[in-house]
Amino acid sequence: MASQVAELPSSSTGTLIYRQRWPVRIWHWINAVSVIVMLMSGLMIFNAHPRLYWGQYGANDDASWLEIGSDGEHGFLRVGPVTVPTTGVLGLVGDNERAFPALVTIPSNYDLAAARQWHFFFAWLLVVPGLLFWLWGFATRHVQRDLAPTFKELRPHSLWQDIKAHARLRFHTGEAARRYNVLQKLSYVGVIFGLLPAMILTGLTMSPAIDAAWPWLLDLFGGRQSARSIHFLCAALLVGFILVHLSMVLLAGPFNELRSILTGWYRLPKERTR
Amino acid sequence: MTLLTRRRLLGSLGVGAGGLLLMGSGRIPVLPKGEDILGLGEGLTMRAQRLITSRTALAREFSALDMSPRFRTNGNTMPASEAYQAHLANRFADWRLSVDGLVRNALNLSLAQIKAMPARTQITRHDCVEGWSAIGKWTGAPLKLILDAANLLPTARYIVFHCADDFDGTPYYESIDLIDAYHPQTILAWGMNDELLSVGHGAPLRLRVERQLGYKQAKYVMRVEVVASLQPIGAGKGGYWEDSAGYQWYAGI
Repeated sequence: MASQVAELPSSSTGTLIYRQRWPVRIWHWINAVSVIVMLMSGLMIFNAHPRLYWGQYGANDDASWLEIGSDGEHGFLRVGPVTVPTTGVLGLVGDNERAFPALVTIPSNYDLAAARQWHFFFAWLLVVPGLLFWLWGFATRHVQRDLAPTFKELRPHSLWQDIKAHARLRFHTGEAARRYNVLQKLSYVGVIFGLLPAMILTGLTMSPAIDAAWPWLLDLFGGRQSARSIHFLCAALLVGFILVHLSMVLLAGPFNELRSILTGWYRLPKERTR
Repeated sequence: MTLLTRRRLLGSLGVGAGGLLLMGSGRIPVLPKGEDILGLGEGLTMRAQRLITSRTALAREFSALDMSPRFRTNGNTMPASEAYQAHLANRFADWRLSVDGLVRNALNLSLAQIKAMPARTQITRHDCVEGWSAIGKWTGAPLKLILDAANLLPTARYIVFHCADDFDGTPYYESIDLIDAYHPQTILAWGMNDELLSVGHGAPLRLRVERQLGYKQAKYVMRVEVVASLQPIGAGKGGYWEDSAGYQWYAGI
């Protein structure tokens, strides 16, 4: 990113720059596959007990803060005291009484054992390349240079300007597009150093063997069932990130964005004339 | 890590790698089955967990205040066999736990004898593979004491628990390796929450192998068999759920 490695001037459109180095591109795609498989197999695992609790323990007789279920005729989502009918989407789809429908789970049929195999296999593909990316990112100063927001960018006024510009779908152009904008930086840093580590640590906290070895995990998250709840909430935030991320790709120009994450080359959008 | 678990892992890695090699060699590929590849994750996970968890790392023990108000039951809650029903009617007075297989000194223990052994009481969390957890208080005989009394032969590798319950005629059983069998919190529990173990929770005797999931905590244990290999038992995968639905034998995660 923002790398000065090579530039090809272009006659009609903006400058072509080498923006994404290969470790970024490889990690992005390994991560994209593993995150999506983990999300979908995770939903199947959730289906085995579609209730969430706070604390060390939690089972059917204990108070849950979230439940997806079906009374046989209607599907529902309950969050705290609020119940929302979700027939056809959650809880009951067709005559399938299942929290998340077949369309979004791996495997699509109810198979907890297989879902766990998928989940734990792809967990390795999330963790190992993720750690390598962290190491590479710090060692090459990619994190410090390209991802970390500057103090200037974090000033409330400048943040607000960026939010307003995004809301009006006016993205950076010309030289300003050479670097990630501050909202991009914040969301990438949030995912790489916030959500993904939180997913992994809360996931580990659900393992009884890991709890024995690292009991501090239970204290960090307030118990296994709290960790399970946080795991699910972070997964929901990750889904939110993916949706926004894909929307931004579409809005910013899918061809240019895809080329940059596949080949590294990115064309700076032409300077806007106001 | 025992030799055997390592061998198991290397074996499974070998199967996957062999398949991949064949794919690369240009010969007619013998595609490794998807489940074999996914299974590599299981071996890797067990190995990694065993690396970072010492053999004696203890599962957290909670205080009485942390206990679940109600500890739900699941799986079989009333074995249907006539033999079990007779034991139940008789309050397990004639019931015996058989300890046999690769031992020098096979045992036949009455419930009274097991209760007379030094007992361990622990308040621990029970984690079902489905996702729920319940905290309860378990009292029982450390499995180590029973195994020491039986005097294992050097070829012993796994401990198999044969149970009185069944699913559609297929008997329940479970197995653990010697690392977990000799773990200080691994007990054959006869008491729960300061009472005798109820039928719903596995009377007269259930395994507690903390650090693993609920389906490993075999209820209605009738026989402890010491074996060198899990292959000849059931469908060979080490437990009822492992055989019938493909659940992982190592349930530490």
